[in-house]
Amino acid sequence: MRFMMIVIPRAYQTAAPDAKPKLEDFARMMEFNKSLEKAGVLLAMDGLTPPSAGARISFNDGKATVTDGPFTEAKEVFGGYWIIQVHSREEAIEWAKRAPMSNGDTIEVRQVQGLADFPADVQDLLAKRYEALKKETAARA
Amino acid sequence: MSDIHRTIEAVWKIESTRLIAGIARVTRDIGIAEELAQDALIAALEQWPEQGIPENPAAWLMTAAKRRAIDNLRRGRMLELKHGEITRDLEFQQQQLSHALDDALDQVIDDDVLRLIFTACHPVLAVEARIALTLRLICGLTTAEIARAFLVPEKTLGQRIFRAKRTLSEAHVPFETPRGDELRRRLDSVLSVVYLIFNEGYTATSGDEWMRAALCDEALRLGRMLVELLPAESEIHGLLALMELQASRTAARRGRNGEAILLPEQDRSLWDYAQIQRGISALEHAQQLGGGAGNYTLQAVIAACHARARTSADTDWERIVLLYDALLQISPSPIVALNRAVAVGMAHGPSAGLDALNSPTTLDGLTPESALTGYHLLHSVRGDLLMKLRRYTEARQEIERAIALTQNSREQKLLHEKVEQIQKLERGA
Repeated sequence: MRFMMIVIPRAYQTAAPDAKPKLEDFARMMEFNKSLEKAGVLLAMDGLTPPSAGARISFNDGKATVTDGPFTEAKEVFGGYWIIQVHSREEAIEWAKRAPMSNGDTIEVRQVQGLADFPADVQDLLAKRYEALKKETAARA
Repeated sequence: MSDIHRTIEAVWKIESTRLIAGIARVTRDIGIAEELAQDALIAALEQWPEQGIPENPAAWLMTAAKRRAIDNLRRGRMLELKHGEITRDLEFQQQQLSHALDDALDQVIDDDVLRLIFTACHPVLAVEARIALTLRLICGLTTAEIARAFLVPEKTLGQRIFRAKRTLSEAHVPFETPRGDELRRRLDSVLSVVYLIFNEGYTATSGDEWMRAALCDEALRLGRMLVELLPAESEIHGLLALMELQASRTAARRGRNGEAILLPEQDRSLWDYAQIQRGISALEHAQQLGGGAGNYTLQAVIAACHARARTSADTDWERIVLLYDALLQISPSPIVALNRAVAVGMAHGPSAGLDALNSPTTLDGLTPESALTGYHLLHSVRGDLLMKLRRYTEARQEIERAIALTQNSREQKLLHEKVEQIQKLERGA
């Protein structure tokens, strides 16, 4: 089972575009990352620059509108993520509890969707596409 | 199971390896270490539902294990201590044990985990016992889960683990990481255990789906752990690469009704490309470390050839033939030779493939034909090649032979479809 642990750091709501992590926070984070690696559960991770350096693209009536950061109305902004492979939802939560976070920070734990989780009509679509591919392969052979 | 029990199980999954490894550094016996850790787990199951999960669960579990170890000592049970001469002074022994366990708690070092892995995969144990111990001690699976994965009664599996621990004890297997040449040899055993666990999950056709997927995940986790613990060993990277590349095809390997879909017919858009990328990056590590000619690394290179091909027809079969040649040099096996013949058939045509089935490629001069008579895949491969040569009657006979030789209903179904396909071609011819 794969889970994404999404970091929602409180300080990121107001962080300057060029804000950099403090050395000691960075060191603690490296240690946590290492523990994920040593346990063999870490698949991927990334940290994001502050939202004030980003942009939001919102969609209304088929039209895309771009807003540059900072997003003053946003209460929760992303700071980064880990993707881990674990045995259960509870194990993902236990790993999240061990992350070195600051006061007011949040980690959201969400399972990565697998093919089997898609609804029947989506699976039908995939199966049809696969049948077409098979015919194409047979024609080429 | 209640929420709190699931949480305790999750804590156990995260902490048990290091806990057992840390205690084993003191007791020098992984059987005793595991019992003490289990006792700590039982204490947690009793106390946490009321007291809540402690702030530092690892420290709590180690303290509980320590208490239990001292109880055992009081009751006169022998524990072989690492430091200090054996003294008759119980008080002193208790102190020694307590300090040693405190040290172990303060700092479970990576070496402890490595020692635990090498001990669980020790050659003195039967292969099945190594697999069971590894899943139990390093992956933190329960006896019930392991039994479910291998379709054996829980009691049988429990006995297997019990006997394995006794064997290690009786053989006085030291709790240590081997060095030099010995390390290489013992690492072979560790890697083969990991790959066997992976294959049990990847290729087994019986047993429940969830547990099989869990075995693949556990093998991958072990591979990633080992890469961290012994980063300079190229074959570990090679094995990890091979497993990642094979596992990346999981979603494409089964049709909607559970039928097997072979590599050439797979919908490649269902492959997990993030996983392929992880596999290729592990492969690059293996090659940078000079492991280009290792057994697992070579197999990973072959898997990467498939992963890189956008369609089956785009596959670089000529390169794959050369890679199988290299693989046969270092680990001659009729199965490898059979796979090579398939690649030859793709690269140089079905007639060359048939010849390859009859050419001696293994050290003892056996050909795939002579070594694998009665093996269903030999007949299905030959049937395929004959079909491409339009020798339909012979092709059909070979496939029918393969059907008779396999017990696996999914494979039988696939082969029956092939027979129908040949019959259609026969009528058309």
